[in-house]
Amino acid sequence: MALKWQTREKAVEIIVTSVGFLSVIVLLLIGFFLFKEAFYIFYKAGVLKVLFGTAWYPTYEPPSFGMFPLIMGTVAVTVLTAIMAIPLGLATAVYIAEIAHYKVKEILKPLVEMLASFPSVVLGFFGMVVIAPILSSWLSPIISERLPELLRSTNLPFVSTTLADMCYDKLFIASGLNISTAALMLSVRAIPIISSIAEDALTAVPRTYREASYSLGASKWETIWRVVIPSSVSGLSVAVILGIGTIIGETMIVLMVAGGAAVIPLWIFDPARPMPSAIAAEMAEAPYQSLHYHALFGVGAILFLITFLLSLISDFVSRKYRAIRIGEKI
Amino acid sequence: MRNKEKNSETSDLMRKKKFNLKEGFFLSLIRTLGFTGAVILFIILFFVAYNGIHILSWEFITQPPVDAMTKGGIFPVIVGTILLTALCMIIVVPIGVITAIFLAEYSKPGVLLKTVMMSIYTLAGVPSVVFGLFGLAVFVVAFNFGMSLLAGSLTLAVMILPYIISTSEEAIKTVPYSFKEASFACGATKWQTIRKVVLPTAMPGILTGGILGTAKVSGETAPIMFTAAAFFTPGVPRSLFEPLMALPYHIYVLATSGTHIEETRPIQYGTALTLIVLVLGMNLLGIILRSRQRKKKAW
Repeated sequence: MALKWQTREKAVEIIVTSVGFLSVIVLLLIGFFLFKEAFYIFYKAGVLKVLFGTAWYPTYEPPSFGMFPLIMGTVAVTVLTAIMAIPLGLATAVYIAEIAHYKVKEILKPLVEMLASFPSVVLGFFGMVVIAPILSSWLSPIISERLPELLRSTNLPFVSTTLADMCYDKLFIASGLNISTAALMLSVRAIPIISSIAEDALTAVPRTYREASYSLGASKWETIWRVVIPSSVSGLSVAVILGIGTIIGETMIVLMVAGGAAVIPLWIFDPARPMPSAIAAEMAEAPYQSLHYHALFGVGAILFLITFLLSLISDFVSRKYRAIRIGEKI
Repeated sequence: MRNKEKNSETSDLMRKKKFNLKEGFFLSLIRTLGFTGAVILFIILFFVAYNGIHILSWEFITQPPVDAMTKGGIFPVIVGTILLTALCMIIVVPIGVITAIFLAEYSKPGVLLKTVMMSIYTLAGVPSVVFGLFGLAVFVVAFNFGMSLLAGSLTLAVMILPYIISTSEEAIKTVPYSFKEASFACGATKWQTIRKVVLPTAMPGILTGGILGTAKVSGETAPIMFTAAAFFTPGVPRSLFEPLMALPYHIYVLATSGTHIEETRPIQYGTALTLIVLVLGMNLLGIILRSRQRKKKAW
């Protein structure tokens, strides 16, 4: 009889442990299947030619699978989004963690959390039907016609000629579906993610640090800027890295509002086809096991590698900082 | 008297600091920027609600689409999303909770545990469209499920697994050690303790995590694009191996690739509003439950 419960305990332990390893297996399977399907395109077309080829014409005859425009599309929207979302996300975190009255905090925190779970397809839809028309039919005439006129009428040496012409050329928005619109909507996605991880990092700074700073006569802002932020910098970097990871992988928003042209964007109002949107838009049309199918898995494999690398970096950064629980924030 | 002097002195000092230009500038800047997220949330909510509220009716949510989806309701679409999400949760919650039990109770520090943790951490960061590719290669093609309810649910389950694991683990870790000691003292074995003491105590937390996870899953589009969602199906799926229509994909399809994009605008708004109500409603429920649990905790 004694043996019986011991056997059962052992059996339970074995079952629980093997289920526990399921996530390792799943991750390995994801990597395996992605690279298995992606291998063929790199083998057939050559790694360098695929990565740095500038022509993405998957349906032409003969097809061309240069992923460089897609990669640059992702880089462009990510940089633009990061410029907007990182300061706003961190500011929100600082406000919630350090400045806000606790009653404001109790309302603002759930609101930010709700924004984080907002379906991205609705954000894309909003970008398409609201932001894009505003940009192309309202903002564009103002900044590319009225503004140059105004500048010309000043009759100043540089302003009325060069600057006015530059505005006229560069600020004309041909289509509202471009990387700026995508970056705006991606910021909405990234701000709550950055802010909730960053807020955890700020809250984890011991209260004694702040008290010591105040007792030395530092003001509130001095305490935040010189004490709280420097001592939580590793957690804040994790927030930024994971925010960037989210931006790179976000699909629906770039699919709906980035414009979709597989060219290297050279200006903020150019359209682009970032990597996730290429996969989402073309997978349905790519015949099974065709070169196009493999090429799209190749794009997926690159995305997977990038996010894997970002996870490794953020894990490395947060070695000393164990309070955040990453799985919850994404 | 002396006290009074001191008070006025400190208040002078405070006033000086209050009107310090730099201090004031940065604090009010942060104050303003801190509300950006909330303001954006309300703008989008208001916009979708304003445009979608008049199409929302009993008929809209109980009738199937008619006339090439330009008229009628979205009943099969709603049912599709509910089926997809429910099946996903049925698959993922047991696995997630058992993994959490492993992490919180059975794991021993070492390389193996580090590998598991790192895998979960990495899985959480994988883009949703990559999960879609994985689902396509594994569930749709290799397992030969085809574009189906089952393939879509499994793909979503893989995607949400890290979230369920970490919320469950947190719930299990908040169970006080004294509870377990009491159980051990009564002669219970480890598994008995987990089953009869730890899990029941952690259950509200696990359920809350499940509700928040459900909210996330029901709004996802990219993972189901190649694994489950169809442009149009004549009705609700009748078996696990049939494709289905889902709310997020329905919005995407109507807004981008239909031939009647302008005509179906009202239906797009209505579908978007339905999805938002579903997702944010569940999210709000989860948040409220969680904050109530935190306040109610007696230990």
